[in-house]
Amino acid sequence: MLPDPALTGGARKVESVGQGREGELLEVAMGPQHPSTHGVFRMDVVLDGETVVKLKPVFGYLHRNHEKIAENTSYLASMPYTDRLDYFCSLTNNWAYALSVEKLAGLQVPERAEYIRLITAELTRVLNHTCLAGFLLQDMGALGTPLMYAFREREKILDLIESLTGARMMCNYMRFGGCRCDLPLGWIEGVKKVVAEYPRFLDEFETLLSGNEILMARTQGVGKLSAELAVSAGVTGPMLRASGVDYDLRKVDNYGIYSRYPFRVPLGDHGDVYDRYMIRMLEMRESLKILEPALKDIPEGPIVDPKAKLRGFRPKPGEAYGRIETPKGELGFYLLSDGSPNPYRYRVRPPSLINLTILEDMCLGQTVADAIVTLGSVDIVLGEVDR
Amino acid sequence: MSLEALEQIKARAEAAVPGALLSVVKNDSPCAQHSLLVDVPHAYAVAQFLRDDPQLRLDYCSNVTGIDFLDAELSEKVKVKKVVDGVEKEVEEVKKTKRAGYLEVVYHLYSISLKQGPVILRQRTPGRADPVRVASLTPLWRSAEFQEREVFDLYGVIFDGHPDLRRILMWDGFKDYPMRKDYVEPDDYEYEPTPHDEVLEKAKAHLPKPEAKA
Repeated sequence: MLPDPALTGGARKVESVGQGREGELLEVAMGPQHPSTHGVFRMDVVLDGETVVKLKPVFGYLHRNHEKIAENTSYLASMPYTDRLDYFCSLTNNWAYALSVEKLAGLQVPERAEYIRLITAELTRVLNHTCLAGFLLQDMGALGTPLMYAFREREKILDLIESLTGARMMCNYMRFGGCRCDLPLGWIEGVKKVVAEYPRFLDEFETLLSGNEILMARTQGVGKLSAELAVSAGVTGPMLRASGVDYDLRKVDNYGIYSRYPFRVPLGDHGDVYDRYMIRMLEMRESLKILEPALKDIPEGPIVDPKAKLRGFRPKPGEAYGRIETPKGELGFYLLSDGSPNPYRYRVRPPSLINLTILEDMCLGQTVADAIVTLGSVDIVLGEVDR
Repeated sequence: MSLEALEQIKARAEAAVPGALLSVVKNDSPCAQHSLLVDVPHAYAVAQFLRDDPQLRLDYCSNVTGIDFLDAELSEKVKVKKVVDGVEKEVEEVKKTKRAGYLEVVYHLYSISLKQGPVILRQRTPGRADPVRVASLTPLWRSAEFQEREVFDLYGVIFDGHPDLRRILMWDGFKDYPMRKDYVEPDDYEYEPTPHDEVLEKAKAHLPKPEAKA
């Protein structure tokens, strides 16, 4: 049974599951403690034999009302909290939040800080996509090897991030109007070395995986997503581009200094799991293309806007919605200020949650094993889904 | 979107949807993202116009969020001419007005095909008392499905026309709406091992009552 192409959402009832077979449906709760759900996430699946006929994602196991916490503290105090949203990509989370506050308060970012932001964000993208490829293969049953290869490379980038920010994952690095601290001695050289060596790893990884017969059999034609549905469902990031829609906020919004560096936006043809995997592989190479010249061009100078205040930061009343292209999609922050030190409204637009809207549409009519692969290709982090 | 562009959109939407009450909400922050306030009965039609209009083509609803405004007393400084000691002077006076609280649902709309936006659409409820209802835009943009469920879950706004309005982050038996500004946390935390001051006062409620001595 193919998913209903109607774009109106909601509970799509399964009308008939083969004649005279009523009562053979099996309802399975996959998760919240299931190795393939990448955290505490549950899929309530109704199965007809091996075939998925209904799938409802259930969230909230990691809910801690991030937004309420942020509304009860000052603007800066929720910066370390944004690290915990998507804990693989804390630097891009920091950037999205800092960008929104800068829009709200009208702060400028110095040149050097823009470069540092771009470099750290692209490193994060490479890191996230590498890990995702490893996890996806793990979900398919390639236990260990690809994931360990991915984690070996991830450590090299995490070492760099640690020497810059002091933490591997919970970086808390960006500040409103700049960054927290300047680059340590020899950091640029370290990044240059990793960037120069990375294509070799990617070649090795792709030789191992991209043409692999089992990988192709398990992913091609699985979890298809049409471009119209992807746009309507607000799917963003590599998932949207795998469906062939050219929408990359780095090009569209031109935030930061992305307009200075030419890079291509890889697009998929079929919108299946293989395309999503391949888009991420290609995006990593494009990220390296941005990193190479940026590392050469980085100027000397201040790293924080002198007008930015750390203490007593009170933006004027107003609101702002800022968004950036994180590795998972569009991460946005909506802030409403009433002139007090705390935001009156603080809203996170989580890409992982919204990319899950069409999980059911992608999985209907497929086997359970394919549903797991499809979920793996969405690239969710539950810290962000549940907030 | 500049203020003039938004005024034009407003005029076009009013022409396309007869009877729609639209107003532009100004935003004073440097990013100047002004928004369009629409009345609840015509919200769906106006949103459909925004989505299908060939000049706008807002096919992508990025963000849906709720905001809670409590009853408030607004003070405004007004310059009043007064005769003080026989001389006419301009005196500043604080004018106070009472505003009834309301809930707002905000939609950030972008166009992927034309690469423009955001156009910000707001729906406002008349009051805060239950039930607060607005129109669901999920039939127009699937991306609103989970986000409207979240606003329902955390703010208690009921979306008419939503196909699957259930709690999403809180559990099904949960009664309250935690993101509302007047929400009070239930006092059922595991109290501290060495409570003092305020915490002690609160913790006393959990301690076994001393039995009255006979």
